[in-house]
Amino acid sequence: MKCLVAGGNVKVLGKAVHSLSRIGDELYLEPLEDGLSLRTVNSSRSAYACFLFSPLFFQLYQAATPGQDPPRCKILMKSFLSVFRSPVMLEKTVEKCCISINERSSRLVVQLHCKYGVRKTHNLSFQDCESLQAVFDPASCPHVLRAPAKVLGEAVLPFPPALAEVTLGIGRGRRVILRSYQDEEADSTVKAMVTEMSIGEEDFQQLQAQEGVAITFCLKEFRGLLSFAESANLSLSIHFDTPGRPAIFAISDCLLDGHFVLATLSDPPPNSQDLLSLEARRPAPQLQAHSTPHLDDFASDDIDSYMIAMETTVGSESSRTLPSTSLSPGLQPLCHSEEEEEDEAEAELSTVPGTPPAQEVPLPVLWLHPGPRTLPAAPQPRAG
Amino acid sequence: MKFRAKIVDPACLNHFTRVSCMVAKLARACTLRIRPQKLNFILADTAAGGGVSMWCELPQENFFSEFQMEGVSEESNEIYVELTSENLFRALKTAQNARSLKVKLTNKHFPCLTVSVELSSASNSSRMVTHDIPVKVIPRKLWKNLQEPTVPDSDVSIYLPVLKTMKSVVEKMKNISNHLIIEANLNGDLNLKIESELVCVTTHFKDLGNPPLAPKASTQDRDPEQMVEVHVDIRKFLQFLAGQQVNPTKAVCNVVSHRMVHFDLLHEDVALQYFIPALS
Repeated sequence: MKCLVAGGNVKVLGKAVHSLSRIGDELYLEPLEDGLSLRTVNSSRSAYACFLFSPLFFQLYQAATPGQDPPRCKILMKSFLSVFRSPVMLEKTVEKCCISINERSSRLVVQLHCKYGVRKTHNLSFQDCESLQAVFDPASCPHVLRAPAKVLGEAVLPFPPALAEVTLGIGRGRRVILRSYQDEEADSTVKAMVTEMSIGEEDFQQLQAQEGVAITFCLKEFRGLLSFAESANLSLSIHFDTPGRPAIFAISDCLLDGHFVLATLSDPPPNSQDLLSLEARRPAPQLQAHSTPHLDDFASDDIDSYMIAMETTVGSESSRTLPSTSLSPGLQPLCHSEEEEEDEAEAELSTVPGTPPAQEVPLPVLWLHPGPRTLPAAPQPRAG
Repeated sequence: MKFRAKIVDPACLNHFTRVSCMVAKLARACTLRIRPQKLNFILADTAAGGGVSMWCELPQENFFSEFQMEGVSEESNEIYVELTSENLFRALKTAQNARSLKVKLTNKHFPCLTVSVELSSASNSSRMVTHDIPVKVIPRKLWKNLQEPTVPDSDVSIYLPVLKTMKSVVEKMKNISNHLIIEANLNGDLNLKIESELVCVTTHFKDLGNPPLAPKASTQDRDPEQMVEVHVDIRKFLQFLAGQQVNPTKAVCNVVSHRMVHFDLLHEDVALQYFIPALS
């Protein structure tokens, strides 16, 4: 195998590695007929990402030494990332990048040809491996959103960096809503700020989903792909189905395509009666209030409960101290039975060799299977 | 109990964001007191906070184009809510270049201060961000702990030098000691001093001037050159300095010998008082 990347494409490759590094600790590098594929999966198998760089992306692309099977290697993400650590350095000093395999020493060799004849050579150890492949098909997802990455990037900007999951859905007036997801099991005494972003349909290039649909997924991985897509100035499409089914985030241009497959939470978001209620039959009164930009809803707030709370506490001055929880009489604990969904998640655990023992996050896993070693590499990695 | 307010002017919005930034740097959690004319951000003096307290006051009309409130009752027309200052700052930060911003009290399963922002986007489409900041409504019986602190009779009152200069000095001192000695006299001299086993570092500020205050009887016949000192936790002082993004129009430091230091700042129309207790 030998690939030569030149000029600005080195930075693109580096950015792709950065966004992959947000997901997994191991990178699967596989030269295919139709390009170089870089893939990763996270330890809980709830997120999978792949980039396919077409042969045109390279100045020189040779998938396999004639007469030999193309290699498939698994390398540590950390070591591969360290080659592309600094995007500024890649942009300013690196002129060419050559990726090849040294058969004799069993090393993946990444050479950076820099300005002034400086050449940096990284010899990375790798493991021979099966092909990593997730089973997914964007075409089978009934709902599609597509927007310039910039729009989506601005949409996630207001959310705190520490926020784990976000709910994406379609609200009243076909507005696209992003809302911070709060784990109900989290310490209920410390309530976090809830942020909601609502964007008009006109900012989207495609919006194929009816009002009321919503999914919840991890924000960190999504941000990873977004930062790549933003730097490449691409559009990003989101293909999704019902909650619990994986969502597919896709970007593509003539030289590369990228797919991130993220598990979604299978239970509807909590407080769903005031959010984008997932079932259309349930009314979403507060969503309406939020999503209609010009509606001045000051008057419609249920502030009376404050009055009651206030009077209760003031009244207690002479008698006894009420716990502060009495201040929120409107708080209704929400209950969800999650047992069934957990079972389902267990059942979906696939048996990939070297599967980490247990899932870490309560997200349903994706279907993964190792590509058979004997078959020629699949022309479309996403086709499974 | 009702509260709603609106900001449309970008300069007012920026100013309000700056205030919230300052508050977030000074206090992790604070009390927002809402009255018909004024807003206050209050950090009460508690043992958990190490005795530091803050009192920030702003007239609402200089910020809000619309402001409506209804307090607990007619005779006590006030609202006190406790919130995480960082949340408010984060919410306001997303409102840069916004068309308008609304703040209101709401009840969404729990009491919230809801900040809704109408963003302006390039494509002239409408984008809205809503932040529900959880708040704790403070009952009336606890209000008495949240009143304007009385300024103690100080031994020396002195104008502060440029805060940025002080900050860079104190930042370096912090590496050597976490114990800062603030000394000042009635002759316009201010010293910042640290002492360790190996080194003693003093930075002298001269000719700062003293505000014309009615001096205490005890200071009446005191030598203007005589220094009054107070020992404080350097981190608390630095936190105060770090919170000041803009040099204030007026900055006065009142030293109560061996008891506390009180800072009285005025940023345009926002008044800030900050109290740091002396180390025993």
